Amino acid sequence: MNVSLTVNGKAVSAEVEPRTLLVEFLRDELGLTGTHVGCDTGQCGACTVHLDGRAVKACSVLVGQADGAEVLTIEGLAGEDGSLHPMQAAFHEQHGLQCGFCTPGMVMAAIDLVRSYPGASDTTIRAQLEGNLCRCTGYENIVRAVRTGAANMEAQ
Amino acid sequence: MHAFEYHRPKTLDEAAAVLARAEDASPVAGGQTLLQTLRQRLAEPSDLVDLRGIPDLYGITREGDSLRIGAMVRHNEVARSREVEQAIPALAGLAGGIGDAQVRNMGTLGGSIANNDPAADYPAGLLGLGATVHTSQRTIPADEFFVDMFETALEPGEIVRSVDFPIPQRASYIKFAQPASRFALVGVMVSQGAGGVRVAVTGAGPAVFRVPDMEQALALDFSADAIRDIRVPADELNDDIHGTPEYRAHLVTVLARRAVEAALNAG
Repeated sequence: MNVSLTVNGKAVSAEVEPRTLLVEFLRDELGLTGTHVGCDTGQCGACTVHLDGRAVKACSVLVGQADGAEVLTIEGLAGEDGSLHPMQAAFHEQHGLQCGFCTPGMVMAAIDLVRSYPGASDTTIRAQLEGNLCRCTGYENIVRAVRTGAANMEAQ
Repeated sequence: MHAFEYHRPKTLDEAAAVLARAEDASPVAGGQTLLQTLRQRLAEPSDLVDLRGIPDLYGITREGDSLRIGAMVRHNEVARSREVEQAIPALAGLAGGIGDAQVRNMGTLGGSIANNDPAADYPAGLLGLGATVHTSQRTIPADEFFVDMFETALEPGEIVRSVDFPIPQRASYIKFAQPASRFALVGVMVSQGAGGVRVAVTGAGPAVFRVPDMEQALALDFSADAIRDIRVPADELNDDIHGTPEYRAHLVTVLARRAVEAALNAG
């Protein structure tokens, strides 16, 4: 079947098998491997992308469900000049990563979080990040990074 | 995942026609349970019917003493809706506690109740508030909708359109979440309104159920103390690695009391 969607601002159209997952489409068809496959069972959140602005797990969405939608991945965040998105910069500044595997999903989830809950407390940040697991257990710095990222985003 | 045909109907009639025509079709709403079920090859539908493009299935509207929520309304929309927050804050809280943020951004009311997972939150919301389900064919009271584990009153090809929730005087939903899955080990919805007092329990048994003894006691005296000594029998409750039937029975009373207290504080 045919699907047409916008990925990181570019129109994409492709013939796909209906059982293609959004994460497979992004990684295997478009080569956007910044979206990671972690648990591959909808638990860990490493594959989090934005679907029409909402954070979703791309391993739990069929590409057909994204037909006609706008998808944003970690590759679409930085400016054209390579300048980091404020949330990416915050993860850098606050050392919000150790091995880095969960980071793209964390950053994508965090941006939706900040937009949905402006001025979020640490408690809200932790509760809203329940769907993103860090196997390094680096949560303290991740929460700090999200807080800094929220301030950076609001300052923009 | 096995291969399947994919359909994107634009109307309810079109969706019903595909469901009737296909060999073994399954509707897909948000897909947050279905996708992982398919990936584990626990189901093998010949066709998937994506309900996303059907405008009739959306919207949150207050009509008099009742709140109508469309089947395709996502959990996070309910959780953040001003309309829901004002009318039934307990329902907004329930929706905001389902799964995790990403699941709440895809998962829908209709999908959750049609699946009727024994530990899902919405079945307790519907039964505990005395809701009514509107389908493509008829109207079904919550008391008749949830039949058994993963089983509802829906006929093959029948699609949930919307749910009407009577606005209660007070209500609260308290769940004890299984920490890995976020599903309710036990969850209790308590409400008091024009239809009387209702107490509905999810997670504890094979399907959501009411506790008439507690409802009667609370109708006389709506206080946590009124149900202190009421226990549900453990012999028909779930037994798994997360908790024994006795533990779940104990939790039902504890959470029901907390729900009554929370409802009193909120109302």
